[in-house]
Amino acid sequence: MSAVKKSMVVERLRKAQIVEFLSKEKRLDGRDLLDFRPIKIETGIIEKANGSARVQIGNTQVIAGVKIDIGEPFPDTPEKGLLVVNAEVLPLSSAYAEPGPPDEDAIELARVVDRGIRESQMIDLSKLVLIQGKKVYAVFIDVDILDTDGNLFDAVSYATVASLATSTMPKFSIDQNELITQEEESTHLHINCIPVSITLAKIGDEFIIDPTSEEEAVMDTRITFTFDDEGNIRAGQKGLPGTLDFDQVKLAVNIAKTKAKEIRKIIKESIKDAKR
Amino acid sequence: MISLIDEKGHRIDGRKLDELRPLKIEVGILKNADGSSYIEFGKNKIVVAVYGPKSVHPKHLSLPDRSFLRCRYHMAPFSTDTRKHPQPSRREIEISKVIREALEPALILEEYPRTGIDVYLEVLQADGGSRCAGIIASAVALADAGISMRDMVVACAVGKISGQVVLDLDDREDKEGEADMPIAIMPNLNQTTLLQLDGILTPEEFEKGFKMAINACRHIYEVQREALINKYFGEDESGEE
Repeated sequence: MSAVKKSMVVERLRKAQIVEFLSKEKRLDGRDLLDFRPIKIETGIIEKANGSARVQIGNTQVIAGVKIDIGEPFPDTPEKGLLVVNAEVLPLSSAYAEPGPPDEDAIELARVVDRGIRESQMIDLSKLVLIQGKKVYAVFIDVDILDTDGNLFDAVSYATVASLATSTMPKFSIDQNELITQEEESTHLHINCIPVSITLAKIGDEFIIDPTSEEEAVMDTRITFTFDDEGNIRAGQKGLPGTLDFDQVKLAVNIAKTKAKEIRKIIKESIKDAKR
Repeated sequence: MISLIDEKGHRIDGRKLDELRPLKIEVGILKNADGSSYIEFGKNKIVVAVYGPKSVHPKHLSLPDRSFLRCRYHMAPFSTDTRKHPQPSRREIEISKVIREALEPALILEEYPRTGIDVYLEVLQADGGSRCAGIIASAVALADAGISMRDMVVACAVGKISGQVVLDLDDREDKEGEADMPIAIMPNLNQTTLLQLDGILTPEEFEKGFKMAINACRHIYEVQREALINKYFGEDESGEE
């Protein structure tokens, strides 16, 4: 089951403190409720990957690497390439993370990020076919979580998006015997849009954006929405056993939509001059 | 691609845009389980068993102030068009998690400290919306097990097909349509306990769909109630009590 939780007594005292601050529209680190911590995005940091990005949101730090390979398409989608997002919460990322296969939290994290990328059609998978039904490009995005201080959903999403947007793509030539050889030069991976994920945490009755680990330890509910360039919702996920009343759901969409515009600028700026 | 909605506004299976698939719920269909239910929702056929409150294994998982809730959503290998490997997939692990989180707010787990409650969902046949059907059946099975609850939990999906917001997607509409948004609510407390979305919806379509799903949930809630009343107060006295 899920990761080890901190001592309950500390959590409750801390929660009382956090909730008290929130009632005055303040947070323990001085931010406004709907402020992000500083976001830093660097691309092209791993030479051996086709694309890569390091994203820091406050003390949270993740690195995404893109590897593009040849694979076989799924039998039910012979005309589509493969896209796989995987996230590893490494034991070096916090005192509470343990080694082992991804637990349900890490699986949910990767799948929610994957849905945002896939459903926004950032990558046109139908353009990743080499031999119909037999050989396709397989785009793997692996995200290492190095330092955990909350909001992994957005950090992993931004790292995935930035690494894909700056990724190269190997070129293959195919002869009649369907023999595939890799060419010397590569091309760019074409992207259609910049999906932006925004995660809100509900603590008591207040929504906050970009929660720290401490805020996450006391949050009741988490809700994530991913938007495309036009402001359409492409993916959504409510997490944790808390609840949202129906007006809160609408409010969450509105806050996330506004915030997504802001973050899209930051991501675009970070990939503007990328060498690839 | 052929349209999923004809010119009369009917869907491939003949349903209207805001019409649910046929729904049937049975309560107490398993002997060993403390609570159980069976649901048919469209082509979905799902059995749910609830065990507990009981001792927790492994013991270190037990909580000093409440019961430890576990959910396992599992698809039978024969439940899908191509055989599904029996080992739980990443999809099943995620669905198990969101189902648990959708049910938990309705359960008064504080009444059962140091115990565990297991909810097992076995999908015998999968159609679109199996997680929603699973939640509907799980809430009924939990009530059947006599677990203290604040409210029922009801779930239903909405989506978009051929440009229209529609209720309760089946398998084909889910695969070929533009969006799918499963939602679970507590119908008396008016709280959302599950919300997922993939595809493309404008914020306006989101709001329309969300309302549509809530209305459908209120209808499904009546079916849940009837199923429970039938077992415990019905003419057919085959129930244990």
